[in-house]
Amino acid sequence: MEFFWYLILGGMLAMYMILDGYDFGAGIIHLFFAKSESDKKAITRAIGPYWDANEVWLIAGGGVLFFAFPVLYASAFSGFYLPLIMILWLLIFRAIGLELRGLVDNQLWRIVWDKAFGISSLLLALFFGLALGNIVRGVNLGEVKNGVSAFEAHYFFLPLWNATLDPLSDNLGVIDWFTLMLGIIGVVSLTMHGANWIIFKTNSSINKKLKEVVFKLNFVLLALVITSLLTWHIVKPKPFENFINHPIVWIFPVLTFAGIGGLFRIKGFKKDGTGFLFSSVYLIGGLFSTVTAIFPNLLPSTNTTNPSLTIYNSAAPNYGLSVSTPWFAIGIMLVIMYFVIQFKVFKGKLDDIEYGEH
Amino acid sequence: MEDMIFYDRMQFAFTITFHYLFPQLTMGLSLLIVYFKWQYLRTGKVGYNSAAKFWMKIFSLNFMMGVITGIPMEFQFGTNWAKFSELTGSIIGQTLAMEGVFSFFLESTFLGLFLFGEKRLGQKLHFVTGFLVFLGSWISGWFVIATNAWMQHPVGYEILENGKFALTNFKALFSNPWLVPAFLHNQLASLVTASVVMAAIGAFYLLSKIHEENGRLFLKTGVLFGLLSSVLVAFPTGDWNAKNVIKYQPVTFSAMEGIFKSQTGGSEIILIGQPNLKEQKLDNMIAVPKVLSFLTYRNFTTDVKGLNDFDPAKWPTNIPGLYYAYHIMVGLGTILIAIMATGAFLLWRKKIEGSKWLLWIILFTIPFPYIANLAGWYTAELGRQPWLVYNLMETAKGISPTVSAGNSLFTLLGFVGLYVLLGVFFLLLAGKIIWRGPEPKHG
Repeated sequence: MEFFWYLILGGMLAMYMILDGYDFGAGIIHLFFAKSESDKKAITRAIGPYWDANEVWLIAGGGVLFFAFPVLYASAFSGFYLPLIMILWLLIFRAIGLELRGLVDNQLWRIVWDKAFGISSLLLALFFGLALGNIVRGVNLGEVKNGVSAFEAHYFFLPLWNATLDPLSDNLGVIDWFTLMLGIIGVVSLTMHGANWIIFKTNSSINKKLKEVVFKLNFVLLALVITSLLTWHIVKPKPFENFINHPIVWIFPVLTFAGIGGLFRIKGFKKDGTGFLFSSVYLIGGLFSTVTAIFPNLLPSTNTTNPSLTIYNSAAPNYGLSVSTPWFAIGIMLVIMYFVIQFKVFKGKLDDIEYGEH
Repeated sequence: MEDMIFYDRMQFAFTITFHYLFPQLTMGLSLLIVYFKWQYLRTGKVGYNSAAKFWMKIFSLNFMMGVITGIPMEFQFGTNWAKFSELTGSIIGQTLAMEGVFSFFLESTFLGLFLFGEKRLGQKLHFVTGFLVFLGSWISGWFVIATNAWMQHPVGYEILENGKFALTNFKALFSNPWLVPAFLHNQLASLVTASVVMAAIGAFYLLSKIHEENGRLFLKTGVLFGLLSSVLVAFPTGDWNAKNVIKYQPVTFSAMEGIFKSQTGGSEIILIGQPNLKEQKLDNMIAVPKVLSFLTYRNFTTDVKGLNDFDPAKWPTNIPGLYYAYHIMVGLGTILIAIMATGAFLLWRKKIEGSKWLLWIILFTIPFPYIANLAGWYTAELGRQPWLVYNLMETAKGISPTVSAGNSLFTLLGFVGLYVLLGVFFLLLAGKIIWRGPEPKHG
């Protein structure tokens, strides 16, 4: 039962990453590459009708985490207090920027909100990468000092950083060199993903340039991914144990590299949606490879006194988990139906959709 | 420790108060939009269709605000109330997750389709999308109230050895006697907000002589739905809720009515007065004899318990706050019924447009339903204190053990700053939509 909900949660997180991921990516592209007003408008229109629906996946995923793994929810949300609240602020700030840019027809006004939108998108991509890094590295559960826990075994609190940015130090922070590397991978990945969405959904004049951008960033991404794999063992000894024991999960790294490999051919794609497909495959592969590496842990413990949080010791009692299976099955089928309807109605380019000119 | 609880409570209170400015409009408004769209299908009059589309723009802005201020609500259960989440998550997480899965996807998908898909869908399907938006927003209210109902009157659970609450009966969550009265009361109150806002925008158009044709429709629709909903909010749904409070939280009932000493042979109802905790009485009180007994028990002479009948340790923590919240809700509710009844009367006599004084009153009534709605929620929440889960878990025991007071004050201040900014820009955006008005030429 726990494993079933673990899969559901993973699936919902992956959906959120792919969907809101392109929103963030589009924001980053908007910040660095969109120069003319028409391109900027095209980008906001390509995400305008979708972004709040995409954030629903975060709400729904959060809800599932809440009731299926309440111990993890309580532990991680209070322990990562500051970065999580900052993510909330950035989500709000980003929405303000996106919705307000069209309110007043004045260049200074637009510059302010364009930057707000772009910079908060960039920081969100960074924060989500950092989050993944923290989950891999683990935290000092129970705040153990000299073998004694300062709190209950599953509680902790992390400051944003420590002085040395060292992932092996006794005083961990959210940001260290390892998590920062994953943060940067997050930014690069989502930038490419967002570019692919814009190419897919608009006829903007920068589409050709964006293909060039994706092509070049892909080299950076490949280098970063390989570096992270080579340094992984420093924060987590035996990172590939699960892959050796269960060869079937090699599918995830294979997907990761298939995605990256495919994107090298972006300039030759006939259909505008192909790039988006490949970056989605890469993102899913990357996320699932990462969580597979630490399975069955959800949040590893860096001390030896308190056990890691696993899908078993942080799950809700069985009755609650099994009684929710039928309603969730119905709910998710409905959701799939909505998405099919939405994509059918809004298929094709979105340049003609009036957005942001309330 | 005291500081931490205070900041955690302030942050939740502030963010939920701000958040609830938006859903309270959208839930009621979605019903009015469905009404307009249905009238358009029935009569073919373009004015109804442009009204539906105009109000869906307002809906959309408020929905967006609801989403971005709603995510912090869900997150705060974990960030600031970790112990509460850990102990009760398998129950209240259930209803909150159902809200996400059954409501938000429905609402957000079909909102997008309604706003941007009219041409591609055709009129009948466009009506259906509007109806589904309404359905989604009401389902959301249902699950939130189901969650709150469990905290007010916990059912279907057992407490395990480690102190955790485990669900034992899923269906009980939805047959909770607290749920249906609270849900209907809340939804009708939301309809009051939407109706008053609609009538007020109509009055605004008529007074400033812009979009007058639309203004007339908004005023009429707003006043009629406003009268209907403001009456139903008080009776029977408000009455049902009061009966639940007296049955399941009797000490709360005495405190919110301001009854310090037990009253035999029929209790007075207090209209105005300031609670004086030191002397256990109300200062400057104006009361009507025996009416509270009648309203509560349908009998003018039934005894009503006062706070002195209960152990002071079990009293609600903030009696004056609870008393004021309740009386503000009831007082404003009564004023709204009076204004809407006057409006409906003048509408019937076809004199409403000439009655400028009433249009001005309706215009400035806009804040009242918002305040009354919030005061209603304050009554429910302050009435439950000092408990998070009534009679089972104290609020102070629910906070995150590792988050320091300095950190929670930091984020509280951040939320205040950001929400002030957000509020200003919301008003600008809403003002622009209202100023532009509906565009019948696209209808």
